[in-house]
Amino acid sequence: MPQLKTVTRADLTEAVAEKCHLQRADAGRLVARLFEMIEHSLVRGEPVKLSRFGNFTVRRKKERIGRNPKTGLEVPITPRTVVTFRPSQLLKERVERGKGKAKKTR
Amino acid sequence: MLRSELVERLQAEFAHLRLSEIEAAVDALLDAIAVAMIEGRRVELRGFGAFSTRVREARTGRNPRTGASVKVAAKRVPFFKPGKELRAHVNRE
Repeated sequence: MPQLKTVTRADLTEAVAEKCHLQRADAGRLVARLFEMIEHSLVRGEPVKLSRFGNFTVRRKKERIGRNPKTGLEVPITPRTVVTFRPSQLLKERVERGKGKAKKTR
Repeated sequence: MLRSELVERLQAEFAHLRLSEIEAAVDALLDAIAVAMIEGRRVELRGFGAFSTRVREARTGRNPRTGASVKVAAKRVPFFKPGKELRAHVNRE
């Protein structure tokens, strides 16, 4: 399978500008601000729910005992707050249905 | 924060754009990410994180009510890995 090109912020900006007939500068700032706003919400501990796409939530993890796989030594894993993404049912279905497509060269 | 609230917050900063234009831009952005995942591409947003897909192998599951075993087919699911900076900022306090 050929390695497909990774999509970057610049590609997303291009897609938004093209599809919505926006100035490239506006599209670029909008893309950047959108991810910053999602981040700020999560930093405040507030989940971000994007209908038809998915939800970003913050979860608090308690301390647990981990193990260094190389040495076998037990080490405590400190309590932490992590971000998780739960894709919407629609997104899951679209990705699953598109499974065949991913194998095609493009 | 809901999609509608995100659109409102963006509107406050992009006063020269109509609300409908911002809505369309947010839709186009999220759809571009979805399409990339459908095509099996990885979307990499430095600092924020990366969207990709992962394959869940076929397995034998169990109906929790009846205990009967059922075959669950392999499937491809959307996956998000938070970036270093996002993780650090969320975990800070």
